[in-house]
Amino acid sequence: MVSLLSGRPERPRTSVDQPTRGYRVFQGVNGVILTLVVLVTLYPFVNIIARSFSAERQIRAGEVTLWPKGFNLTTYRIVLEDAMFWRNYGNTVLYTVVATAVAMVLTTCYAYVLSKKDLKGRGALVGIAVFTMFFTGGLIPHYLLITNLGLKNSVWAIALPNAISVFNLLVMKAFFESLPTELEEAAQIDGLSTYGVLLRIVLPLSKAVVATMVLFYSVSFWNSWFGAFLYMDRTELMPVTVYLRNLISGATGGGNAGAGTEQLSQVGANIQAVTIVLTALPILCVYPFVQRYFVSGVMLGAVKG
Amino acid sequence: MSTSTTSAPPPGTQDPPPARASPRRRPRTAARTGWRRALRRDWQLYSLAVLPLLFFLVFRYLPMAGNVIAFRRFEPGGSIFGEQWVGLRYVRMFLTDPTFWQVFRNTLWLGGLTLVFCFPIPIVLALLLNEVRRRSLKRFVQSVSYLPHFLSIVIVAGITLQMLATDGPVNHVLGWFGHEPIRFIQEPEWFRTIYVGSEIWQTAGWGTILYLTALTTIDEDLYEAARIDGANRWQQIWHVTLPGIRPTMITLLILNIGTFLAVGFEKVLLLYNPLTYQTGDVISTYLYRTGVESNSFSYAAAIGLFEAVIGLVLITTANQLSRRTVGTSLW
Repeated sequence: MVSLLSGRPERPRTSVDQPTRGYRVFQGVNGVILTLVVLVTLYPFVNIIARSFSAERQIRAGEVTLWPKGFNLTTYRIVLEDAMFWRNYGNTVLYTVVATAVAMVLTTCYAYVLSKKDLKGRGALVGIAVFTMFFTGGLIPHYLLITNLGLKNSVWAIALPNAISVFNLLVMKAFFESLPTELEEAAQIDGLSTYGVLLRIVLPLSKAVVATMVLFYSVSFWNSWFGAFLYMDRTELMPVTVYLRNLISGATGGGNAGAGTEQLSQVGANIQAVTIVLTALPILCVYPFVQRYFVSGVMLGAVKG
Repeated sequence: MSTSTTSAPPPGTQDPPPARASPRRRPRTAARTGWRRALRRDWQLYSLAVLPLLFFLVFRYLPMAGNVIAFRRFEPGGSIFGEQWVGLRYVRMFLTDPTFWQVFRNTLWLGGLTLVFCFPIPIVLALLLNEVRRRSLKRFVQSVSYLPHFLSIVIVAGITLQMLATDGPVNHVLGWFGHEPIRFIQEPEWFRTIYVGSEIWQTAGWGTILYLTALTTIDEDLYEAARIDGANRWQQIWHVTLPGIRPTMITLLILNIGTFLAVGFEKVLLLYNPLTYQTGDVISTYLYRTGVESNSFSYAAAIGLFEAVIGLVLITTANQLSRRTVGTSLW
């Protein structure tokens, strides 16, 4: 079996495959290049984490590189004591859960319908979805629509407009199509309705793809910011990504007004680093466990999309 | 490793061939059965499609129709389709607007640079990774290079700005060479480099996935044959590997061209500031500011429609061209 991550299987070495000297030099160079890729990718993370634990003076002096200098937790304490941060963090959780649930229901229903190959009008149903990948209404009509539907300042402004991702839909449809039809037919003969077949036969067999889709959707909703930024007027409704965005653009100072000046300058120096670390933390924690699902999901979509 | 395949959804390619052949025949017979019969037989299935269809209708197709406000005057609190016809007034307005042409040029620049750098880099990276024989090393490099893709664009922008801050690591390194700190974020001439650089950082690793998959599908016998014919490594890459991943390359190229004008709206919005509008402001950010911030909805919608139509034309043209010249196309 070929691992999904490592790509091509180890090729059996034959006599023709003996590495030449030039190839060995290339292997060395290749190793150096890939090491550089790893370093360039990882360094910003390491640096941000180091900054988040560092003292203000050392950050200003540009001394923080790989390791915290002047270790302290002042900024963490101040951010974690900020009620608005917690509020927004909670909002992110709430929006992610609601939006993912809505998205899963709609995507599963439509993908199941599309997977029925002899359904009349199936082509049109697929076309309706796929066309929206190439042409969209644009920002202004969307904005006016959401405003006029009265969805502003509610979780629905985030959950409903993105309820179906056509890419995810196609991945799920491909998976349903690969299930053996005999099982469903047998269940139907035994008297199960279409809904029964979907709930009792198809979904239990589709745990892998359902898990993948939940991941896809929840990560994208967790990471999203623009919808909330557009449609939420009050700070207490914002997700944590918008909290971070406001820090970055300098719209709010953040932190407690009551803190002393020394604390405030500490916060000014690394509050962004701390917020970045805290916002990314859940993703970084689940990343090692989920990335292979993403990878296989993307490939499934690419093969069958 | 077989463990990773068992826990992942089985690739759809394992379909037995008969399942592929049958749908070709069956829809034709299904087409002959009338709608009434189909509805009576499959009404439960159709009922599952009602909510999703409502979603597409309201949140995808209604906004498309909503674009007519580009040709009508919108009044606050009025209909989302506008109040009265004004014809091409708003189109003429943006065509004679110097700021529009400025942001149009910026969009072409950013889109072009993104295409030139972000399209080939994943291919090169995939080819390099493919030459790594130590599997653990390969996995490690891949896992690390995907990582930025999983983070919010806000975090990526935040990290970018922190790296380039006057007290950040980049200026720190410049300091070693005795260089004065550069105020990257405030200087318009740096914006494009920053944008494309962060885009590469975020997307390069993720972009390799499809190429690596495509590489696994190349027939080993072709390499064997090439070696027997005396091809060295480079010749093998040139004559076997690259042609093998060409369909993937073309598909992704078409998709990239299609989104050419829609260059990373969110990222630009997060990275730019009034000081860098000169090079950073693109069509989508301009229409965001005129539309949402200044409430000129009709004017902004006209610009948005222009952007969407050009996008559609680009992707259709690229698709046609590739179908004619290399025989690969999206549809």
